[in-house]
Amino acid sequence: MRKVMTGHKAVAEAMRQIEPDVVAVYPITPQSEIAEYYADYVHNGRVRTELVPVESEHSAMSACVGAAAAGGRVMTATASQGLALMVEILYIASSMRLPIVMALANRALSGPINIHCDHSDAYLARDAGAVQIFTESAQEAYDYTLIAQRLAERKGVSLPVIVNLDGFTLTHSVQVVEPLKDEVAKRFVGTYTPNYPLLDVEHPSTWGPFAMPDYYFELKRAQVAGMEAVPEAFLEIQKAYEEETGRKYQGYFEPYRLEDAERALVVMGSTAGTAKVVVDKLRDAGEKVGLLKMWMYRPFPYAAVAEALAGVKQVAVLDRALSFGAYGALYTDLAAAFVHRDQAPALVNYIYGLGGRDTTPEQLTQVFEEMSSVKPDQGLHYIGLRE
Amino acid sequence: MQEIRWHGRGGQGAKTVSQILAQINLREGKHVQSFPEYGPERSGAPVRAYNRIATEEILVHSGVYTPDVAVVVDETLLETENPGDGLKADGTLIVNTTCSPDDVRRRTGFEGTVVALNANKIADDAGTGFPNIPMLGAVAAVLGCELQVVEDEVRETMGAKLSSDILDKNLVALRGGYDAAKGVSVGR
Repeated sequence: MRKVMTGHKAVAEAMRQIEPDVVAVYPITPQSEIAEYYADYVHNGRVRTELVPVESEHSAMSACVGAAAAGGRVMTATASQGLALMVEILYIASSMRLPIVMALANRALSGPINIHCDHSDAYLARDAGAVQIFTESAQEAYDYTLIAQRLAERKGVSLPVIVNLDGFTLTHSVQVVEPLKDEVAKRFVGTYTPNYPLLDVEHPSTWGPFAMPDYYFELKRAQVAGMEAVPEAFLEIQKAYEEETGRKYQGYFEPYRLEDAERALVVMGSTAGTAKVVVDKLRDAGEKVGLLKMWMYRPFPYAAVAEALAGVKQVAVLDRALSFGAYGALYTDLAAAFVHRDQAPALVNYIYGLGGRDTTPEQLTQVFEEMSSVKPDQGLHYIGLRE
Repeated sequence: MQEIRWHGRGGQGAKTVSQILAQINLREGKHVQSFPEYGPERSGAPVRAYNRIATEEILVHSGVYTPDVAVVVDETLLETENPGDGLKADGTLIVNTTCSPDDVRRRTGFEGTVVALNANKIADDAGTGFPNIPMLGAVAAVLGCELQVVEDEVRETMGAKLSSDILDKNLVALRGGYDAAKGVSVGR
């Protein structure tokens, strides 16, 4: 049944249906309502989750690590500075191969302090060893929270998964969302059997050990193997989601009108929706333009992205965060995807939307218009910046 | 697609009625968005909220700059918030005021359709005191929503939180706003 709800509510509903054993969470704008809705479910007896109201995000992730190592199904949610505080422990969660699923309400990192959306928090956690998924709408945030749970818990993957949704634009905006029936969602997510639960005292295991130069490297390589198992699992779980729910998500990214496109944007998050409107309008005017919207950002699907964009002449890669002294992180990934290929589009890097700066259809139209005359290797370009 | 911009003050419930309007439009089978503009949040500060209403899926996620309807819940925002800014020439400005439509045109510089209603009085007479609900009624009338659909949604949304007495008073306030604006429909 179609309902109107905020992105917060959509994510909280998915969490309610997943009904994890433990949710350890600390409120932070623009994530707070997820924590509030979930606390409401717990205290009204709608879920049997143990809610741990911790004193900081560092503690939130620490409690998640403990609960997940014990063998529980564990979730959390955060944003911006909260994620920054979590990152120390997030590295440990991924190294311990704990399938913690986390909603990240994307918000700019301080300073200056700002509460609005950009992707600097997601990029901060880029190398922490968590799978990262980006979503365009509240509906996608809902669907991918369910998909993320199965992905995280897949044997061979066993990693934390971050589901990104743009702060305010998606978290606080009321949109049409069609949640699944509880029994359908629960059946899809299934039950969780932990690998080596700490509380299984009949089979004692060592968690979080000291690893010196003789073992550290091999343990990190094992984490790489977990990431390497993600792409195949991602597609399989999307397929299962379609079979069990009728909702079709296919691929690591959504190609939008890319066939025969000569110019294309690559973008993550809610701005992809605005870009689709622009693509449709320019297509109506006979222009061969398209869009590639990332879902799976980590691991990065290099080969698939390169193949999807192989025939495109010019590609503008839109990063919603800076990597000071370097190109944007998404641009760098795109460049790496094409580095050994004969056929590659000219790439140009745009920085947009920092600290919640609005990105309009008119601005994206302009990007398409100027793309062909912008020479590669001219550094960063900015959308909607006063200079 | 139609776009609506609400001007209110923190605590007046502009965001709340923007969300209820989205629910009304959903009942009509439309696609909707409703989102507030967030700044430093404090009671009494000017706030804006927005609605998008369309027959097809709404993909755009940027701000609203050229609304079809602008709604002013608090008259003191008429000059300071420039509610006519970007408002389409064939759009409608709906204002909670004791002034005439011509006065509103003079004060805002907007020369198109103006709906002026005293939502404060409607709310006071109904015994609720909050002008947001009569303004919701007025907006729904201008958009051409059926009163029954509007009432059903308000009854369902607010009924969960309010006593039946207060709910009934709110429904009176809603109808008062709806009736005051009826006949100025801009079509859909």
